[in-house]
Amino acid sequence: MTLKAEHLVELVRRHLPEAEVTAEDTRGDGAHFALTVVCREFEGLSRIEQHRRVYAALSGHIVDGGLHAVQLTTRAG
Amino acid sequence: MIFNENEAVFERIRHDISSNDIVLYMKGTAVFPQCGFSAAVVQVLESLGLAFKDIDVLADPALRQGIKEFTNWPTLPQLYIKGEFIGGCDIVREMYANGELQAVLQKEGLLE
Repeated sequence: MTLKAEHLVELVRRHLPEAEVTAEDTRGDGAHFALTVVCREFEGLSRIEQHRRVYAALSGHIVDGGLHAVQLTTRAG
Repeated sequence: MIFNENEAVFERIRHDISSNDIVLYMKGTAVFPQCGFSAAVVQVLESLGLAFKDIDVLADPALRQGIKEFTNWPTLPQLYIKGEFIGGCDIVREMYANGELQAVLQKEGLLE
């Protein structure tokens, strides 16, 4: 199973509708992505909690192995 | 007593992170990392001249799953300092680049 960058953006925005999300398929293989999520809801959360929120949005896809690696950057704004 | 495999793994994790100042759960070993993200964290720790315990989750399927549940974190590597989860590869690299990691280590007396 491979994914497209747009799908990742959509998955994250489904959980975090206000987020500004960019995804790049860094190897063009549908399995390695660099994801940046900027979201006001992250205000006051530790970086670990911010990443957990994004991982929760992607959970099924990380677990079933379609998504091999995500390089994640998060910010509150 | 009911045998709970998860609890046994969690107990081992608690023991490892409380009896070692710095623990890196990773794919492969510090000498032979099996994943670029694990290798990147090893490189950060080594560049700071730190001694750390590397634990290869590939050698132990129960631990590989158990550490994800224990930390509530779906990916590896995972870095613990003084029993506290610090983050995965992205967070560790970011903290190293902006000096936060060094500050944590200094506060804990693990870095000059």
